[in-house]
Amino acid sequence: MTRWKNDSRILPLRVLVAKPGLDGHDRGAKIVARALRDAGMEVIYTGLRQTPEQIVRAALDEDVAAIGISILSGAHNTILPRICQLMREHQMDDVLVVVGGIIPDDDIPALKQAGVSEVFQPGASTETIVDFIRTHARR
Amino acid sequence: MVGMAKETEIHPTERKASAAERRWLEKTRVLPKRLSEFTTTSDVPINPLYTPADLAGFDYNQDLGNPGAYPFTRAIHATMYHEKVWTMRQFCGFGTPEETNHRLHYLLEQGQTGLSIAFDLPTLMGYDSDHPLAEGEVGKCGVAVSSLTDMEILLGGLPLDRISTSMTINSPAAILWAQYLVAAEKSGAEWKKLSGTIQNDILKEYIAQKEYIFPPAPSMRLVTDTLAFAARETPNWNPISISGYHIREAGSTAVQELAFTLRDGIEYAEWAMRAGLQVDDFAPRFSFFFNSHNDLFEEIAKFRAARKVWARVCRERLHAENPRSWRCRFHTQTAGCSLAAQQPYNNVVRTTIQALAAALGGTQSLHTNSLDEAWGLPTEAAATLALRTQQVLAHESGLTETVDPLAGSYLVEKLTLDTERACYEYFDQIDALGGMVAAIEKGFPQREIHEAAYAYQKAVEQKKKIIVGVNEFVAEEERPIEILAIDERAAAWQRRKLQDLRERRDARRVQAALEALRSAAASDQNLMPCILNAVRAYATLGEMCDVLRKVFGTYEEPNY
Repeated sequence: MTRWKNDSRILPLRVLVAKPGLDGHDRGAKIVARALRDAGMEVIYTGLRQTPEQIVRAALDEDVAAIGISILSGAHNTILPRICQLMREHQMDDVLVVVGGIIPDDDIPALKQAGVSEVFQPGASTETIVDFIRTHARR
Repeated sequence: MVGMAKETEIHPTERKASAAERRWLEKTRVLPKRLSEFTTTSDVPINPLYTPADLAGFDYNQDLGNPGAYPFTRAIHATMYHEKVWTMRQFCGFGTPEETNHRLHYLLEQGQTGLSIAFDLPTLMGYDSDHPLAEGEVGKCGVAVSSLTDMEILLGGLPLDRISTSMTINSPAAILWAQYLVAAEKSGAEWKKLSGTIQNDILKEYIAQKEYIFPPAPSMRLVTDTLAFAARETPNWNPISISGYHIREAGSTAVQELAFTLRDGIEYAEWAMRAGLQVDDFAPRFSFFFNSHNDLFEEIAKFRAARKVWARVCRERLHAENPRSWRCRFHTQTAGCSLAAQQPYNNVVRTTIQALAAALGGTQSLHTNSLDEAWGLPTEAAATLALRTQQVLAHESGLTETVDPLAGSYLVEKLTLDTERACYEYFDQIDALGGMVAAIEKGFPQREIHEAAYAYQKAVEQKKKIIVGVNEFVAEEERPIEILAIDERAAAWQRRKLQDLRERRDARRVQAALEALRSAAASDQNLMPCILNAVRAYATLGEMCDVLRKVFGTYEEPNY
């Protein structure tokens, strides 16, 4: 990691938008990806049905500052902790993880415990998501 | 398509306002306006007043016709709900087949008149409950069904020869349908008496919902095989439900929903005819499935235009001669994407308006969403209230007493004509791209939908569209509602049953059936007999899909 790469005044934030699990509903992921791009970030979209391993690998390869995960299938309690675990194994502690989708309040504490920084529930605006990533991305 | 492009010039007569209308315009020009522009939910500009001038050239017989007569704009049946109120068919499926069977019986006891089954994501993607990719997903978005055993449990005790069943299954539709046919046969119900629907609409999967397994060509072959088999063996079954619902959920406009759906219908018919089928053998069993969103008149116009456009396309473009082929029969579901997570009780009101639009639009069957579906699958109490919503509309509101009650409304007729015209414009664009499969491969409908979805999101965030409880009238504190949780016990139970099944069945018979399926898939023979044979041998969904994945390959969405 060269020093100039970390300087956000020179290079835009790089964000991976990821769609894990078997769910194909990509309306939200694509809207968020576009809103992040419109806000000046560089966005890499994984496409559908990526395993946790594929997502973490893509985040490493693309050298992103943040991962935005969209999941609407109800499998978040299984999939998200695994992604966070794999990230720890790869020393990716400085990569921000945010999640959007159909995630009930009751599930949020455990997801945050696992390493997710923020959960955006239905009705969240793209502006809120952009602001959060811009403020909290650590690289 | 020769002869069809001209349809975009429907009633090209110039609009001529009457003296009275000009006076009104003059008088209102100076009045204050609440908004700078008024638009529908789909962002179509809408006027404050519609008059006879908007319907210049309008002809009752040509544009409407009597209910039950070509072009069916008013209704596909002469007396509609006088004969029979729409079928109340609540989409239902969660956890194990045992749990869903219980809910299906409950809904029938509450007065539901048809069944509709939702499958979980592993089932939709052709994986058994014990596949590694199924982990965390079993029973979450629907019921898990991997084998004939599961299907028999799911349907246990239901009167299959007397009730119609709709199954939302697409890429592996032929397999789930075969499981249903064998389960029905074992329960003593004759195939000829079975009525119901498999969704089996792969094109809208590539366009919108994205639950595809195989590439387009073999997928279309599977559809054609089911159409041919149904025409011979199950005269009362709808082997396809050509769906706009998911296109709308992905963020399309009302016009895009209609145009892409009907153009998909043309595509299926053309592929089937190229495979040697006669249009009048399968088109009468085509069924359609639309979304009903918040904008009452826009939706009603869409339903009316759907019947008119399909009738004409079927007759003039596909050359169907049987009037039963011309009728656009459709199911409606209220818009899941319109449900708000905030102040969820407001969703009951939204659903009521949407259900009203569907009934005023002449739907054949209806699903009303539950108030809690922005959070999860419905609880029993929420599902009951959703069913009651339809029952109140059907039995207390008076809307079922007159066929197509809004006909002749300047607004509704103008919107219907405009929707029809816009629909033909999309047909022209898709034809120019080489048809729907080619358009999908070029990403055309996907891009159109994404543009509309993004524009809608921006409009909501800029408060150009008000969503009560979300961007206006927001509550400081939300009262939590009960949410149906599906835990991992469902998955464990499914895995145990599959293990038992794999030990108990005749392994050699399964292998032989799968081998026969493999060689049939590599040839051009109809796959249904081989799939039925494999189902009878208790080969699982995942095993059959693995065979087909090997022969057909799998599909990945191109970057566009």
